[in-house]
Amino acid sequence: MATEPLPLKKTESPGPAGAPEDAVPAAGSPGGPLVRFDKVVKRYGDHVVLDELDFTVDRGEHVTLIGPSGSGKTTILRLLMTLEKVTDGVIWVDGAPLTHVRTPDGSLKPAGEKQLRESRKKIGMVFQQFNLFPNMKVIENITEAPVSVLGQSREEAETRARELLDLVGLSAKVDAHPSQLSGGQQQRVAIARALAMEPEILLLDEVTSALDPELVAGVLELLEDIARNTDITMLCVTHEMNFARDVSEKVLMFDAGRVVESGSPEKIFSNPSHERTREFLNAVL
Amino acid sequence: MSDFFSLLVEEFPRVRSGLWVTLQATVLGALLAGVLAFALGLMAGSRLLLARGFSRVVVEFFRGTSLYIQLFWLYYAMPLLTGYELTPVICGVVAFGLNFGAYGAEVVRGAVNSVPRGQYEAAIALNLSPSRRLWKVILPQAWVQMIPSFTNLLIQLLKATPLLWLISAADLMTVIQQLRDRTGETLTAYLTLLVAYFVLAYALTMLMNLLERSAKRRLGLDTGAKSLFKSRSASTTAVGGTR
Repeated sequence: MATEPLPLKKTESPGPAGAPEDAVPAAGSPGGPLVRFDKVVKRYGDHVVLDELDFTVDRGEHVTLIGPSGSGKTTILRLLMTLEKVTDGVIWVDGAPLTHVRTPDGSLKPAGEKQLRESRKKIGMVFQQFNLFPNMKVIENITEAPVSVLGQSREEAETRARELLDLVGLSAKVDAHPSQLSGGQQQRVAIARALAMEPEILLLDEVTSALDPELVAGVLELLEDIARNTDITMLCVTHEMNFARDVSEKVLMFDAGRVVESGSPEKIFSNPSHERTREFLNAVL
Repeated sequence: MSDFFSLLVEEFPRVRSGLWVTLQATVLGALLAGVLAFALGLMAGSRLLLARGFSRVVVEFFRGTSLYIQLFWLYYAMPLLTGYELTPVICGVVAFGLNFGAYGAEVVRGAVNSVPRGQYEAAIALNLSPSRRLWKVILPQAWVQMIPSFTNLLIQLLKATPLLWLISAADLMTVIQQLRDRTGETLTAYLTLLVAYFVLAYALTMLMNLLERSAKRRLGLDTGAKSLFKSRSASTTAVGGTR
């Protein structure tokens, strides 16, 4: 596993391309949380998945979402990735509404595809089922979006893709097809693919759940490396409590669409204050 | 028996032009059908109600009216209505294109829907534009699924071309019929037709298998050389998402 310095930039200050932070006052306070859920409701028919959910994530923070299945953890990631629409409430990212646009009279209305594409620039996601594109080689999976979305030249994107493949320990698989890789290898390519888009926020949706047990450790180690050596904000839904403990500064315990308890992993794991948390941890640990 | 074959050799230029008409109607009809299939099939998955509705109506209409009647309409009724006359072969191409395009649209729609949901989502997560998602991610995967069904439709189209006889286009069937009438060798004539259409259909199958093999290779699925000679039905190909 890569322990060398990662070929990932630690952004020192807002780059010249990014708008300076003090220029984004907006509804979120400047320098405030990077992600803010404001009374977010998600319903499917009568089924309430998220119930007026409020929570924030600070810049550079690594947050683990835990809770019983059906508690709405994955839905949070899917809302942030704009794969689902909120039923009510607003998600703020970096002071701007994620899936809404401001109308001239100051109210918010749902954003169109163009605004959504703008919102997605900051966010990357790694899926439980990897979702590599089987019609593209490994390197093409990684370079497709940087070339077509970020406008990088092919050479530039390939150089970067090779660095990332080196980072995830798959330099030898540049020209392989996803179908020729093991699950663990596919997931590492998927991580490299997400990193190639230089997201500010990386969403990890049960990224080890579909892996054979012996492949889990490698992927977790890789994610720990990334967490330690970059300032990418990470939101992670996982059942790997060790990962939650080792990587995240904050653990959010969900139940029935609400945050039951939040705190440092030490506190949540050793001294949970809520009965639901205790029950859940007893069941999984 | 020898009479029929000596006449066949003697009249070879006519037989060849009959074969040419059959091939033209098949290939051009299939091309038109292919274009319509993609246009209508993709419209069927559109977010716009109008596009979906239009596609639905066109597909149902041309699937639900007989190919015979469509040919008669184009050849006999259209000129009365519009004063504009199409050549028999063009009529055939248009009718085959519309009819098989309607069936093909359902194939395209089904194949696009069969691409795992996660592929769309990964494409969105990478912020690909909607057209890029379609052309670079969804269609290359759906294409592999379409080919076996398209092979079936192509062969059905070939076998529908003798209908051209109804609108007096001199296709292969028509020419051989005429040779039969002149020699009276019914058995030989129809046996020749059976063999001829079988050979044509098998050649098309192999071409489509080649296409399928190259499409599968692009997904990293290797198929042996044996697969080229198989004539199989649409249901035997399955492409796992990213397993």
